[in-house]
Amino acid sequence: MNGVHDMGGMHGMGPIQHEKNEPVFHHEWEGRVYAMNTALMAFHKWTLDAWRHHIEVIPPADYLRMSYYEKWLDAMERRVAQYGFVTPEELQNGKASPGSAKATPALTVAMARAHGRNLPSSNDPSIKPLFHIGQRVRARNINPAGHTRLPRYARGKTGEIIRDHGVHDFADTSAAGLGPRRQHLYSVRFTARELWGEAASPRDTIHVDLWDDYLELA
Amino acid sequence: MNAQNHDHDHQTVPSDPTLRVKALESLLTEKGYVDPAALDALIDRFETKVGPRNGAKVVARAWADPAFKQRLLADAPAAIAELGFAPFEHEQIVALENTPAVHNMVVCTLCSCYPWALLGLPPVWYKSTPYRSRAVIDPRGVLREFGLELDEQVEVRVWDSTAEVRYVVIPERPAGTDSLSEDELAELVTRDSMVGVAKAGGQA
Repeated sequence: MNGVHDMGGMHGMGPIQHEKNEPVFHHEWEGRVYAMNTALMAFHKWTLDAWRHHIEVIPPADYLRMSYYEKWLDAMERRVAQYGFVTPEELQNGKASPGSAKATPALTVAMARAHGRNLPSSNDPSIKPLFHIGQRVRARNINPAGHTRLPRYARGKTGEIIRDHGVHDFADTSAAGLGPRRQHLYSVRFTARELWGEAASPRDTIHVDLWDDYLELA
Repeated sequence: MNAQNHDHDHQTVPSDPTLRVKALESLLTEKGYVDPAALDALIDRFETKVGPRNGAKVVARAWADPAFKQRLLADAPAAIAELGFAPFEHEQIVALENTPAVHNMVVCTLCSCYPWALLGLPPVWYKSTPYRSRAVIDPRGVLREFGLELDEQVEVRVWDSTAEVRYVVIPERPAGTDSLSEDELAELVTRDSMVGVAKAGGQA
């Protein structure tokens, strides 16, 4: 989606605020939000791509106003209701309704810790790459309303494939519940001038990781 | 919790997140979806076990051992595993070497992708709109804001983490460090230098 989260190249966001000796979490609740988000992944009800999309759909003004973990919290409250972990009534009351369904099995420490392991290998010779290193490619000009990882600033631009990362789940379909549609992922090198025009440094380059479905021969 | 917290029209002033989070944790615990002990373990992992010091050990080894550096550049997950760090979860990691001629820096313009398994959770500035918006269009200006002025002859390579591949920068080894041990070298490797917004040897 062409959301405000896709902010590469935007101006006006202000100076970078660098905090010395920054704590891992600034408030205890941030740690709980982080951990609950991670723990709930153990139920395999949504993919990491869908998870990201739940954050992207926060309305732009709120997205920009909220802190990082406020966004996580907002998305998590919607997600647990949407996927039936809790009813809207329970969310409102903060208590389980009598006789309501519970997690089976209940989450354990081991389940929470195991999240993310055993993902399929990126080495899958049965899925052939459509492009190869050194090839000139153009990022397609697509504007899907759902989740995509092709940033706006690269669409329609021409670059060169410099690395084949092997086979990966395709974020767009994975987020939409349409399956992983595994395909090759590449590092595509764009010159700063291709992306930003003649005022950019002639030496600088920007690398974007792009799947087969995002690319066409230039 | 009152209804205001859940109307999600986002027009109202949000209530105290502490209360919202406590209520949600209590509810999800009651329903078996979370377990406070599991949450404690997940938090502890990033508060005490996984953080920039792990990455610093990898970089120090690369500085001290050229053969290791070559393995790190060729196959980072395997090389990092040599140092005994836990297997990488959903992270396929790529190491990028900074040299006097080439400066790499890493961003995630779309969200907050970062080599968590090696460097821990990203700092707030990395996840912030100013960094995410400008790193790709004005990398040299961003680096200047971090106090790093690069010569025009240096090639800046920006890496936007748009998929599940994670990037870590091997900063240049500071001059005059030939006599230092690997542990002493690791002390010079800052988090920011492994993201590519600073040289090694500075603060943070």
